[in-house]
Amino acid sequence: MNAGPTGSDRAAPTRPDGALARLALALERPRVLGALMLAPAVLYVVAFVAVPFFIAIALSMSDATVGDPQIDTFVGLDNFIAVVSQSGFRLALRNSLLITTLTVLILLVLATTAVELLARDFRGKRLVQVLFMIPWAMPVSLSAITWLWVLDSQYSPIDWVLVQIGLLGPGGTFGPSWNLFYLGREGLAIASIVLVDVWRTLPLATIIVLAGRLSIPRERLEQAQLDGAGFFRILFRIIIPALAPVLTVAILFTALLVIGEMSTIALLTRGGPGHSTQILPFWAYLKGINSGDLGQGAAIALFLFPVLLAAAIVALRFAYRAGRD
Amino acid sequence: MAILTTRALKKHYGRIIAVDGVDMETRDGELLAVLGPSGSGKTTLMRLVAGLEEPSAGELFIDGRSIVGVPPRSRNIAMVFQNYALYPNMTVRDNILFPLRARKMPPDEQRRQLDWVAGILEITDLLDRRPTRLSGGQSQRVALARAMVRTPDLFLFDEPLSSLDAQIRSQARGELRELHDRTGITTLYVTHDQTEALGLADRIMVMEKGTVHQIGTPQQLYYDPADTFVAGFIGDPPMNLLPLDGRIIGVRPEHFHLAAEAPGEEIALELDIEVEHLEFLGAEWLIYGVVRRGVTEQRRPPRVIGRLRQAAVPTLSTGETHHFVVTRRDACFFDPETGQRLSQAKVAVA
Repeated sequence: MNAGPTGSDRAAPTRPDGALARLALALERPRVLGALMLAPAVLYVVAFVAVPFFIAIALSMSDATVGDPQIDTFVGLDNFIAVVSQSGFRLALRNSLLITTLTVLILLVLATTAVELLARDFRGKRLVQVLFMIPWAMPVSLSAITWLWVLDSQYSPIDWVLVQIGLLGPGGTFGPSWNLFYLGREGLAIASIVLVDVWRTLPLATIIVLAGRLSIPRERLEQAQLDGAGFFRILFRIIIPALAPVLTVAILFTALLVIGEMSTIALLTRGGPGHSTQILPFWAYLKGINSGDLGQGAAIALFLFPVLLAAAIVALRFAYRAGRD
Repeated sequence: MAILTTRALKKHYGRIIAVDGVDMETRDGELLAVLGPSGSGKTTLMRLVAGLEEPSAGELFIDGRSIVGVPPRSRNIAMVFQNYALYPNMTVRDNILFPLRARKMPPDEQRRQLDWVAGILEITDLLDRRPTRLSGGQSQRVALARAMVRTPDLFLFDEPLSSLDAQIRSQARGELRELHDRTGITTLYVTHDQTEALGLADRIMVMEKGTVHQIGTPQQLYYDPADTFVAGFIGDPPMNLLPLDGRIIGVRPEHFHLAAEAPGEEIALELDIEVEHLEFLGAEWLIYGVVRRGVTEQRRPPRVIGRLRQAAVPTLSTGETHHFVVTRRDACFFDPETGQRLSQAKVAVA
């Protein structure tokens, strides 16, 4: 190194001195920077997704209980066999699939309709957008309390309206009782749960579909208008085909969300009456945590995993291919 | 075939005025180019005609019937968008049949129309393809086929050639003109490219800031610009506009003559030009110069561009000052305040 002050100044650009300068230089290399930027995400996925997932697999093949949570005895598929043979299983599986399917179907119709509304300009659009997002932003417990009141066996405002217009009560179409007992009857309870699930997931579905809707070039829709197409022809021949990829993504996201969702059931019916509204995730929770059988609980929770994984892969492939075309 | 008329047509978006009182009328079966710089309101005018925008004021007629308030689907106007707006989820065949199906035309008639239009545009072998598998030129033909297949009253083209490669653009221009001559459908052709407008159109409408400056044949626009805007817009390079005795004189670059070669006619302008720069363009030379004497004195001497129609190296060279003349017949005079033309028209009105 040069002793003179001017000499060292000139040498500076070639070799950085000091830890900070060396760090800055290292960060300029894409590989180092890339690894550093990815690290938090990777760490998160490993700690909160991968590790619990593998623990769940291990649990499902062990005889672990809350009293003895050690994963030490390998029992093979015993837990799965035990779970499947129980009477509640078929009911829970049926309910899970039924609630998810109904919710997704209703969501598709409502989301597409809502998107057609939100894609247009009208007075008060901002307000409608905000109102639309509220269910998504609202805490589950708070909204559940509201719904519990709406669906209450005695004080339901829906019942009150039905009574007032003469559809409910002695001589009414829906029977002589003054109440419908929404959460107390199997069919109505499942319908109520679907209603709440739809209400909760509609904002997400709408936002996904809206993104796809807004990416349709305006000229294409104007061209269809000039070509003489009416509202329904444009909707079914131009808009929905263009939405196919995002609709697939919306189906996938909302279906996974609803099928794994237990808070609605936990807060509204707790699986009742009896087991009539039992679903797999809530049953897994009851078995694994409340009854303390960690092995069986994990087995129930994992039961749908292969099916969901396969469905997700197929759906994403389709969306990717449709999006490329 | 139809005649389109607009009367005091206006469109504003909030405080922005896009179309500011347009009065115009097409002739039956003509190809009218709407030419103007970007932001001149030409595309808005076209969208008003198509019904994609409602006018803020004024009237629109097709064959004397008002079409204000009539939805686009009922106007029987076909439009070709700049990016062609083909439906990507349908084959070429379904794209072309879409307007016929929307009108519930009987299937055998649909097939006849499809065969006819595919034959004219030579796209029969593309019918089963998807729009994503088409080249730019092929997409344009398909878009034209879809527009033509239902024989509309009026064609609207929104810069249909601008997304094509430069090499095939002039070929496509020729094909477009040929197609128009075959169908004879009144066409409004929006463009900002004057070469396209001059080469393609029967008449040109020059727009700027939402108003019409002039409607006329390409020759009228070139030799008889109605005002200084048209004079400074049409022609490449455009007309030189110089101050002279309280008026503005407009001179086309090719109308500067060296004093020695001046034709024996009445002279409107004599001036000394200092040559700054010469540009060789193959069949001609462009002379970039500064006017040193001959026009009204200004703080900065005006610059002019002259054109010499010869391939040989001109006798003048950079830095020299030469004496040029312009004949009375070639010059145009404009009012310096309003920009309006003062002298008589030179080309007979077609």
